[in-house]
Amino acid sequence: MATNYEQPNQTAGETNKRSGGAISSVVDWINDRIPMTRVWNMHIAQYPAPKNFNFWYLFGSLAILVLVNQIVTGIWLTMNFVPSAEGAFASVEYIMRDVEYGWLLRYLHSTGASAFFVVVYLHMFRGMIYGSYQKPRELLWLFGMLIFLALMAEAFMGYLLPWGQMSFWGAQVIISLFGAIPVIGEDLTLWIRGDYVISGATLNRFFALHVIALPLVLVILVFLHIVALHEVGSNNPDGIEIKRKKGSVAEEDKPNFKFHEYYTSKKDVVDAIPFHPYYTVKDILGVAGFLILFCWVVFFMPEMNGFFLEAPNFEAANPLKTPEHIFPVWYFTPFYAILRAIPDKLAGVVAMGASIVVLALLPWLDRGKVRSIRYRSKWHKLNIAQFVVTFLILGWAGATPQTVFSTILSQICTVTYFMFFVLLYVYSKNEVTKPLPTRLTK
Amino acid sequence: MSNAPVDNSRRRFLTIATSVVGGVGAAGAAVPFIASWNPSERAKSAGAPVEVDISKLEPGQLIRVEWRGKPVWVIYRTPKMLEQMKQHEDQLRDPNSDEAQQLESAKNSYRSQREEIFVAVGICTHLGCSPTFMNGGFGEKVEGTADGFFCPCHGSKFDMAGRVFQNVPAPLNLEVPPYTFLDETTILVGEEEEMA
Repeated sequence: MATNYEQPNQTAGETNKRSGGAISSVVDWINDRIPMTRVWNMHIAQYPAPKNFNFWYLFGSLAILVLVNQIVTGIWLTMNFVPSAEGAFASVEYIMRDVEYGWLLRYLHSTGASAFFVVVYLHMFRGMIYGSYQKPRELLWLFGMLIFLALMAEAFMGYLLPWGQMSFWGAQVIISLFGAIPVIGEDLTLWIRGDYVISGATLNRFFALHVIALPLVLVILVFLHIVALHEVGSNNPDGIEIKRKKGSVAEEDKPNFKFHEYYTSKKDVVDAIPFHPYYTVKDILGVAGFLILFCWVVFFMPEMNGFFLEAPNFEAANPLKTPEHIFPVWYFTPFYAILRAIPDKLAGVVAMGASIVVLALLPWLDRGKVRSIRYRSKWHKLNIAQFVVTFLILGWAGATPQTVFSTILSQICTVTYFMFFVLLYVYSKNEVTKPLPTRLTK
Repeated sequence: MSNAPVDNSRRRFLTIATSVVGGVGAAGAAVPFIASWNPSERAKSAGAPVEVDISKLEPGQLIRVEWRGKPVWVIYRTPKMLEQMKQHEDQLRDPNSDEAQQLESAKNSYRSQREEIFVAVGICTHLGCSPTFMNGGFGEKVEGTADGFFCPCHGSKFDMAGRVFQNVPAPLNLEVPPYTFLDETTILVGEEEEMA
């Protein structure tokens, strides 16, 4: 047999070369050259995950599913899309009417964009209620925030491509945001647009960024997000660690599963189950449920009453006329409402930027030691509840024509949005919490 | 490999020198990539002036022309519009056009070369939407002012001389482009010629 190049920390099961069988000899041949079985075991088959994951833990794997959907349908859309000011709008109509199943590819892609934000927002909310951003998962949270930023850039640039009225004026507004930066702002917007107004030059570079640059960045960030997750291990609805000090857990308390030595050599693991098959099966159930809802939207209401595809975008871009009501797609409206709430150009842009940055700072703003909402104070529960209500109201306000009422409401909610973080910082220092269980509950 | 002792300070110097030179090289290599985002020569040369025929423009009417890809408005203001502009000057951010949003020829209370003909770039100074001309319906936005411009994006308000109202996100008055009356009914937008 050839030299065994495998790492010393591998488990006995992997190094046992099964004799005979064509498949196993192929596997052996590969394993001598790339750590296929080791990575599979370390990250899937023998990866210890807390046994009490609930509904909220479906959205990470669903986000990967949607990412794959966006990449695949996106590649197919580029085969017929024409990235020019003259050709873009017509080519989208061509895809919708003349290309076989073009309508399906486009609706999968446009619905997928909204679905991406649905699952990502729920995924982030899960992190908030169970304190998954707390030490030692700060970097994991930051990678997640970077994914969120890249995703927003990706969605924004993708929305320009159909070259409809909302594409054009939405991009006009967002790019002009950079113009609020003192001194360099105007030159910066010129540089981003590549023209004195939004034009074919802008469309072309957004296309390049949307189909190549940002997807690459997203995939790399997702990879790093998962690497960071597997290093620190998943949090869970109880917010207590399943990895204990080596030697502190009695033999009979250890789960009856084989976990990879990488995890068990340094720590004792309790209340864990291997990711595969337990959570792969659970995630498949989640995928099935998700696909039912997703396909229902794709086939029966792909425009979602103007929330996923806005009515003015069925009209080609006209640089001389702004649509009467202009708002971003629903997933940007909470932040957009914060922008609109402040009657000052620079302050509005700063507040909007801050509303995202402050989320990234969550691991340091929450000074509590107890992670899960289950064991935290009544104040924390109320604070999270008010944050959810605030976010929903802002989302509504950002998607309605501006009136005196909606402006005042947005201003109130802008305050309560930031108050969430201020209050959290204040009460989390000496928060009265419930006693934590020593082992995972149901 | 030689057996000479390791000279750490020399090694550090070489590491830093290599990093610095490499960094300068990387920065230099980034220049073409960053610079290629600037407007191309073709985009720069597309800013030629445009002629506008206003012989058919009626009082109270607005026409849009495209100049450098932007909407330029030409509006024939009625005497009533001109009169009401004096009523709300205390509600404006910059009633006397002190900010450089117009050339000297339009730095007057009407922000125009001729009282009744108003020329402006129809782009909100907030985030670049094109405001809506509310001919007669502006009273619901600003009490006592029948006509004006309302930006649908973020609610900025401008009067009939493109002057911005207070307490809206737009910081500046609408831009008045350079223009010249070639004759009674023709305006050249984009160039201001010295009239002898």
